[in-house]
Amino acid sequence: MANATITGAAPATRIAGSWRALAVVLVLAAATALPFGLSDYQTFQVTLVLAYAIALLGLNMLTGFSGQISLGHGAFYALGGYVAAILMDRYDWPYWTTLPVAGAACLVAGFLFGLPALRLEGLYLALATLALAVATPQLLKSKLLEDWTGGVQGISVLKPDPPDFLPVNPDQWLYLFTLGVTALMFLIGWNILRGRIGRALRAIREHPVAAEAMGVNTALYKSLVFGVSAMFTGIAGALGAIAIQFVAPDSFDVFLSIRLLVGLVVGGLGAISGAFWGGLFIQFVPNIADQISKAAPWAIYGIFLIGFMYAMPTGVAGGLRLMAGRLRRWRGPADQPGGDA
Amino acid sequence: MESLLHQVLSGLATGSIYASMALALVMIYQATHHLNFAQGEMAMASTYLAWSLIDAGLPYWAAFVLTIALSFAAGVALERIVLRPLTNAPVLSLVIVFIGLLVIFNSVAGWIFTYTIKTFPSPFPTQPLFGGLLSGHELGAMSVTLIMLLLLYLFFRYTRLGLAMRAAAQNPVSSRLAGVRVGWMLALGWGMAAAIGAVAGMMIAPVVFLDPNMMAGVLLYAFAGALVGGIDNPMGAVVGGFIVGVLENLAGAYLIGTELKLTLALVVIVGVLVVKPSGLLGRVLVSRV
Amino acid sequence: MPALLEANALRAYYGARPVLHGLSFSVPEGGIATLLGANGAGKTTTLRALCKMLRVEGEIRFAGQRIDHRSTEQIVRLGIAHVPDGRGTFVDLTVEENLKVGAITRRDREIAGDFERAYGYFPRLKERRRQQAGTLSGGEQQMLAIARALMLRPRLLLLDEPSFGLAPLLVEEIFRIMRQINQQEHVSILLVEQNASLALDLADDAYLLETGRLVLSGKAADIAKAESVRRSYLGY
Repeated sequence: MANATITGAAPATRIAGSWRALAVVLVLAAATALPFGLSDYQTFQVTLVLAYAIALLGLNMLTGFSGQISLGHGAFYALGGYVAAILMDRYDWPYWTTLPVAGAACLVAGFLFGLPALRLEGLYLALATLALAVATPQLLKSKLLEDWTGGVQGISVLKPDPPDFLPVNPDQWLYLFTLGVTALMFLIGWNILRGRIGRALRAIREHPVAAEAMGVNTALYKSLVFGVSAMFTGIAGALGAIAIQFVAPDSFDVFLSIRLLVGLVVGGLGAISGAFWGGLFIQFVPNIADQISKAAPWAIYGIFLIGFMYAMPTGVAGGLRLMAGRLRRWRGPADQPGGDA
Repeated sequence: MESLLHQVLSGLATGSIYASMALALVMIYQATHHLNFAQGEMAMASTYLAWSLIDAGLPYWAAFVLTIALSFAAGVALERIVLRPLTNAPVLSLVIVFIGLLVIFNSVAGWIFTYTIKTFPSPFPTQPLFGGLLSGHELGAMSVTLIMLLLLYLFFRYTRLGLAMRAAAQNPVSSRLAGVRVGWMLALGWGMAAAIGAVAGMMIAPVVFLDPNMMAGVLLYAFAGALVGGIDNPMGAVVGGFIVGVLENLAGAYLIGTELKLTLALVVIVGVLVVKPSGLLGRVLVSRV
Repeated sequence: MPALLEANALRAYYGARPVLHGLSFSVPEGGIATLLGANGAGKTTTLRALCKMLRVEGEIRFAGQRIDHRSTEQIVRLGIAHVPDGRGTFVDLTVEENLKVGAITRRDREIAGDFERAYGYFPRLKERRRQQAGTLSGGEQQMLAIARALMLRPRLLLLDEPSFGLAPLLVEEIFRIMRQINQQEHVSILLVEQNASLALDLADDAYLLETGRLVLSGKAADIAKAESVRRSYLGY
C-alpha cells in the first residue's frame, strides 16, 4: 500500500467504517418501518425476536468473548421477567421503569452466582449452570416464594398503551419500544466490548495466565462479565414478559436455557450480528420443527442442531463471514482493503 | 433414632445410583474431556428398552442382561458414528451436539412411549428387611450397584484392556506410540458408560417410576456427587454419589420436603465450589505456568 | 550395512504449512544414525513424521516395505518404538504399569522375561516398580521411557533428545546403556540429539538438519574429525 499514511488508519479502513455506519442506519430505518407492513401477531413475533437478540447479546458477551459456557441463562431471563411482572402487577409501576430494575437484579444475581461457579472450567461450568436452569421452575413454584411468584399460576400483566401522540396500536408501540431498547443495549454492549473491558475479556479467553500476569484480575472480571451478561438477559426477559403479558414457572424451564445457547451458537459467536440470526432461529425454527413432525418436534430440532454443527460450526454469522472472505479472495488481491494483510 | 438410620440407609441406596452415574460422567470426562449431557437421557432410553422387553414377555434378568448389552453397543456406535468426525471441533459445538442428543432421546421416548408414567418391576422381594430399615429393593439395588462397581474396579486394575483404556485416557499420544488404538478405547469407554447408565436407570425406575423426564434430577445429583468427591477422581465420584444420596434423603425428610430437591442439588454444587472446589478426594491441581 | 529404515524426499506438514522440505536419510540395520541440528531445525518433527503423527508426503521404507500410508498404531506394531521428547511418561500409572503398556500389543509369552531384561538395564526402575511414575526424577523417567519402548521388542528405536535436562553423568550412563541395547538386543537406533559430541561418538551415520532441510550427511566419525565442519555447524 504505497500511499498508506503513517499516522492514521489507511484510507481503505476509514471508508469501510463509514460504510458500516451507513449500513446500520439503513437497517434501523428498515426495522422501524417493519411493523407497519405486518399483522399484529407477526409484529408480536418480531418483538420477541428482538428480546431474544438482547438476551443473546448478553450470552455472547459471556461465551463468545469471554469463553465461558452457560446453560443457565434462562434463569436470568426468568428473573427479569418476574421482576417486571411483580412490579407491574403488584406495585403498579409503569412498564418502562421495570427494565432497569430487572437489569440491576440480574446484574447482582449473575455476579453472585458467577463468583463461586467460575472456579469451574469449561464443561463443568456448563453443568453447574444447567443445575441453575433445572432448579428454576421448581424454585418459582415452591411454597417459599409463592407469595411473590403466584406459584404455578404465574402472574399476568397488561399490555402497555402507546403514548397519545403516536398513531400506532399497542403491538406496534411495543415493537418500537423494544426496538429502541435493543438499539440502546447493542450500543452499550458494543462500547463495552470495544474498550478496555473487551480487550481484557479477549486476553482472558486467549491466554488466562498471561492476562493474570499482566494484572487483569481474572476472577473478578469473569464474575463481572457473568453479571453483565445476566443483566442483558434479564432486561430481555422483562421485555419478553411485557410482550407475552404473562409469566409462569413452566415457561422458564431448562429448554429455554437450551434454546438460548442454541440460538447463540447457530447465530454465530463473537459477532454482534449473530444475536439477530439467533433470535430469528429461536422464534421461528421450533414452529417449523413442529410443522415437520407434530409427534416429536424436539427430535427434529435435535437432528437439525447436530447437522448444523457439522455443516456450519461457526454459526450463520461466521458462515457469512467465511463466504465474504472467499468472495473477496476470488475477486483478486487488487480489491482487498489495505492495512494489515 | 431408627428413623434416622432408615433415612441414612435409604440415602445410601439412592446414593448408589448417583454414584454409578457420577462414575459414568467422570469416566467419559477423563477420557475425552467431554461431559456427556445426554448421559441421563441415554439411561432413560435404556430403561424404556428394558421395559419393552419385559412387556413383551422376557423374564426380568434376561431383559436386564440384554439391555446392558444393547446399551453398550449403542454407546460404542454413538461414539464412532456421531462423535468421531467431531474430534477437533470447538467445545461449544460438542455441547450443542450433546444437547441435540439429549433432546432427541427425550423427544423420541415421549413419542414412542408417551408421557404417562409407567411402573417398572423390581426383581427383588418387596417386603421390608431388618425390621423396616431397608426395603428389599433398596438392598438389592445397592448390591447390584456395588457388584458392578467392584467388577469395574477389577477390570481397570487387573486386565490388559483396562490398562489400555486407562493409558489412552491419561495420555493418548504416548498410548498411540505404544500401539494402543486410542479411538476404539474411547468408543469402549462410551459403551461402558452407557451400560452403567442402563443399570442405574433400571435400578431407580421402580422407585421414581418410568417417564421420559425421570433422569434429569438423577443426572444433576450425580454431577453434584462427582463434584463433592472430586471431579477428577473416579473413586471420588463414587464416594461423592453416596454422600449426596444420604444428604438428599436427610434434607428431604427433615428440612425441605420433596419440593425443592433439585434446588438442593444446586445448593450443594455451589456450596462445594465455594468451600472446596477440588472436592473431598480430588487433587488440588497446581498447574505449572 | 543394508538400511532398516529409509526416507526418500520426505515432506511433512503441520496443517497447510510445510515443515520438512524433502529429507532423504537412512538408518543402517543393527546400527545407529543420529539427526543433529539446532532448536527448531525439525529434528523432533522428523521423528513424528516417521510415526505418521502429522501429514507426510514422500517415501518411508521399513525393512523394504513402504509405511508412509500407514497409521501410527500400525507403524508401531511393525516394530518401531518412539521415545518422544518430554519422555511421554504415564504419570498416573506405576512404573510397572508403564512397562506393561509398552508391551500391550504383544501376544507372545516372553513378556515376563522382558521385564527382567529391562530391569537388568535399568536397576533403579526395579527398586521403584510400584511407585507412581510421576514421582520419578527426570533421569529415571528417561530410563523408564526407554525401557517402555524396549518392551515392544522393537527393531528400531526412535529416541528424541534423551539427554534433555539431565546431569552429564546421568547422560553418559544412558548413552552407555543405549550402546549396550544396540549391541546386545540388535535394536537399530535413530537418535535425535542436541548434544552433538556424544551423539557423534555413539552413532555410525550422522545427518545435520537446518530449518527442515538436510545440509550435511556422512559417517559420524568423519564429521566428528572434520574440524571446519564441526566448528561452523556444530559449534565445537
